[in-house]
Amino acid sequence: MVKFLPLKQSVAENLSNGDTVAFEGFTHLIPTAAAHEAIRQGFRDLTLIRMTPDLIYDQMIGMGMAKKIVFSYIGNPGVGLLRRARDAIENDFPRSIAIEEHSHAGMANAYEAGAAGLPCAVFRGYRGAGLADVNPNIRSVTCPFTGEVLAAVPSIRPDVTFIHAQKADRKGNVLVEGIIGIQKEAVLAAKRAVVTVEEVVDNFDDLHPNLTVLPRWIISAISVVPGGSHPSYAHGYYVRDNTAYLEWDEIAADREKFQAWMQANVIERTADDFAARVEHLRKSA
Amino acid sequence: MSEVAFTPNEMMTIAASRALKNDDVCFVGIGAPSAACNVARLTHAPDITLIYESGTIGTAPDVLPLSIGDGELCETAVTTVAVPEMFRYWLQGGRISIGFLGAAQLDKFGNINTTVIGDYFHPKTRLPGGGGAPEIATSSKEIYITMAQTKRGMVEKIDFFTSFGHGEGGDHRKRLGIGTAGPTLLITDLAIWKPDPVTKEFTVVSLHPGVTRKQVQESCGWVVKFAEALDETPAPSELELKTLRDLQARTKAAHEGTGKGKAA
Repeated sequence: MVKFLPLKQSVAENLSNGDTVAFEGFTHLIPTAAAHEAIRQGFRDLTLIRMTPDLIYDQMIGMGMAKKIVFSYIGNPGVGLLRRARDAIENDFPRSIAIEEHSHAGMANAYEAGAAGLPCAVFRGYRGAGLADVNPNIRSVTCPFTGEVLAAVPSIRPDVTFIHAQKADRKGNVLVEGIIGIQKEAVLAAKRAVVTVEEVVDNFDDLHPNLTVLPRWIISAISVVPGGSHPSYAHGYYVRDNTAYLEWDEIAADREKFQAWMQANVIERTADDFAARVEHLRKSA
Repeated sequence: MSEVAFTPNEMMTIAASRALKNDDVCFVGIGAPSAACNVARLTHAPDITLIYESGTIGTAPDVLPLSIGDGELCETAVTTVAVPEMFRYWLQGGRISIGFLGAAQLDKFGNINTTVIGDYFHPKTRLPGGGGAPEIATSSKEIYITMAQTKRGMVEKIDFFTSFGHGEGGDHRKRLGIGTAGPTLLITDLAIWKPDPVTKEFTVVSLHPGVTRKQVQESCGWVVKFAEALDETPAPSELELKTLRDLQARTKAAHEGTGKGKAA
């Protein structure tokens, strides 16, 4: 049953060295505060799963925490490349890293299969695509009814998934809205789920009945971290800090500059620092 | 005819926008396609359905998104769905008429590489990868591609098949069981290209105003074929240029406005 905990404790109780972990968020609601807490606690040998590993995985890879990464787009969206991830893949710095690369369709189907308790996902994909030649986990099955050859990938079953969401009610039910991405599937596919939220409200009584609400009994821990998805955004709370994404390109380009930035902005900080980072990004209602 | 000065990139975006129709359902790639699709929506195709892979269907952003998931896309969309639904029901389900893609590396058969330069396992440059493109390329009814011409970008042989165009040409798509048309249009900063009906090799069918065959060949890594009847692309109209420039100015102001320490 869900517990409301300080973020430090939520991360310590649910993440371990060697875990397979997803910090999900499709551009929106990226769980930056949770990732930074994991960095401060210094976990090692993680297998990091995410459709769009952006700044937080660039940071975790740059800090040497990942032994493997599973992804479908390893870029800084609209800006360019992820330079710490590139350094790891191209130069084995700061350590060598295994990669398992899919398409978005492949990973979306694999998460959904994980949520559905299936061993694999079947879909029409990867036809003529080079990924099928370099990733042994991309295989095929033949439809027993039509004979059509379809792609198959193993389902994704993380040990733990971290997401950020708008709000929880006092019982621990969680509301996600806006671009909902893959959050619901990533939570349901995982053994444990940790959610950071912008705020806690008394109840969800006045909500529309078809919204995306994650019931409290599928969540392990909730931590209240206002601004916790900066420099990503939280729909209805603050906008995306596009400038920070542009600036990251320069910070991550240099190994020493990266280390200095991580020391000043992650290692020596706490989850409480996130609220101030989004103050200028809050829209007047 | 009034002559308004324009850049090759503006010509590219505007020529690309003209290819889109009011009743198209277009899956929008980030970058150059995004500008073209929104210029189309703001000029001759007000009812076009623009879809971004973040799940936003029928979006009408006032500024161009930096990423494929900016809040503006969701706020102006007809509906926003989860990413698995996007790829399963809407793309794989056959609802997309045009997939509009950019490319880092392109060959003459419309195959695209955005994955690696060099060997996959020991890359010289690790690029972001395919994202939604591998299935956009095979599930959309047609594919349009837009990119600025360079010898590095338009090459005889791509390093990796991120998304499949016409493969080795001819009926290669059909042989792989792909039932959709694939790349039917390439718009560069110099020309408009269409695949040969039989070989499927991209052939220049229209040169942008003032562009020579020599310029097209010098910025392309394969031996360029030109159609016998070569058209000249109509220059951008004042309305098209104003629409594009206003959109880019709004976008620049909006993205800078979210900077640290500045008022939002």
